[in-house]
Amino acid sequence: MLRESYLACERGILGALAMAVFLVAWEGLARGWWADLLQPALGTAANVLRIRPIFLASPSAIAEMAFQMYFVTGEIWPHLGLSAFEFVVGFLIAASIGIPLGLVAGRYRLLSYAVEPLLAALNATPQVALLPLVVLWMGTGLPARIFIIVLLMIVPILINSHAAVRTIDPKWLRLARSFSASEWRLFRTIVLPAAVPFLLAGVRLAIGRGMIGIVVGEIYGSAVGVGVMINQAGSTFQTTRVFVGILTIVVAGLVLSEVVRRIERRVEVWRPSTSADS
Amino acid sequence: MTIKLEAHRIGLEYGDPESDGRLVALNDVSLSIHENEFVSIVGPSGCGKTTFLSIVDGLIRATAGQILLGGTPVSEPGPDRAVVFQDSSLLPWRTVLGNVVFGLECIGVRPSEARERAAHYIEMVGLRGFENRYSYQLSGGMQQRVNLARALVMDPQILLMDEPFAALDAQTRELMQEELLNIWQASGKTVLFITHQIDEAIFLSDRVIVFSARPGRVKESVDIELDRPRSLKLKRDPRFHAYEDRIWSLIQEEEKPRAKAAG
Repeated sequence: MLRESYLACERGILGALAMAVFLVAWEGLARGWWADLLQPALGTAANVLRIRPIFLASPSAIAEMAFQMYFVTGEIWPHLGLSAFEFVVGFLIAASIGIPLGLVAGRYRLLSYAVEPLLAALNATPQVALLPLVVLWMGTGLPARIFIIVLLMIVPILINSHAAVRTIDPKWLRLARSFSASEWRLFRTIVLPAAVPFLLAGVRLAIGRGMIGIVVGEIYGSAVGVGVMINQAGSTFQTTRVFVGILTIVVAGLVLSEVVRRIERRVEVWRPSTSADS
Repeated sequence: MTIKLEAHRIGLEYGDPESDGRLVALNDVSLSIHENEFVSIVGPSGCGKTTFLSIVDGLIRATAGQILLGGTPVSEPGPDRAVVFQDSSLLPWRTVLGNVVFGLECIGVRPSEARERAAHYIEMVGLRGFENRYSYQLSGGMQQRVNLARALVMDPQILLMDEPFAALDAQTRELMQEELLNIWQASGKTVLFITHQIDEAIFLSDRVIVFSARPGRVKESVDIELDRPRSLKLKRDPRFHAYEDRIWSLIQEEEKPRAKAAG
């Protein structure tokens, strides 16, 4: 009975357990629990396990600070709002350029040959390193920050859209030709549905990169934003606030990934593996 | 009887990157199929029978000769021909209904009319009630029924079937053969059927055309004079076995020199 109910949520239990162990270990480091515990055995050497709050905030302190910033002073909301705005606009631009461009480049063989080296180069470029150039071209205002996010997000979206079309089973293209489908119909009924899983996988990768874009873009002279907040808190040794900022981004990333996963399950009812995947 | 399909001295050659020469896939293939006739092509593997079907469909252009359908030359795919493809050619992101209306959508039939026509053929192939299933929810036999309905709904002048039962297990295959005959009789279509199974060809056809090994040519055309309607019992009839022996030895004549060359 007990064993059965354990097995039913084994995945959740083990995941939560590992997380709890991690948090307790962390809390212990920040509060000196482990140092006190091992003092009799190790002597003063145990003090390396006691980390001062300026270097490491404890999870409980972070939680308390997060509560303060979100619900008491509410000071994080303007930061969060602006960062979210940058992210959404950046994503919309990256998707509306990257998806059509990738699909079209994948569809036409000659265009694909032309674009492939550029894609490979773009993929190998650390986009963050382009930041000084972006500042040079566009300054440090909102457009520049959005541009850096677009630059980061567009890469996996482009590459995946391109690959999606290149890997379509030729038998479906033959089928469409046999039924005299027009190019537009072929695109809509074969290419697009076959590409959707790739597109969503690309979006999922892009989300993580977009988060990097937020932080990196805001380091250069913005006044508001989660990235700014982290940066400012860091340079004034407010470690707890740094962690609250990081936590905010982590949670946002998780939530967005989950949203994409739900969309995947929605649109891929025809795919046996994902509908069975819990 | 009027001639529905005529292939006149069809040839297909293409450059062979391996030998740096020309590869002749089909050579001087001439055959004709009458209205309402069921004709199968069998032949050793690699003899170009599927390629020939693609030429009739218009997916591949012959380098010599001409295909005439109802007297008009064929150069590209059109709604006057419909193919039942080999296994699992259903669009997995479409339901049964969505797959069956696919061809109608392509030629611009209104959705409501397309659905109506599809419903008729879905019923004909015995899949009523499965309209909203996806292909992964169907057995192999059911998938090929959808495949058949998708071609029939186009109401083509000729139905081109490319080894449609090759991937099915033996029992399902036999049942599908019997059912195909029933559907064929009800629809009165002209059928060109490609298979590598001799018994399947004899059981279904009015005429079995044996292709030679590459380059594919018409080696012989065998009229199957067995009464219709046919049932699976026919496969145990001595006359059936006589046809099997005859066609088998025709194919063996083609396979033997190759086996020697390979051995």
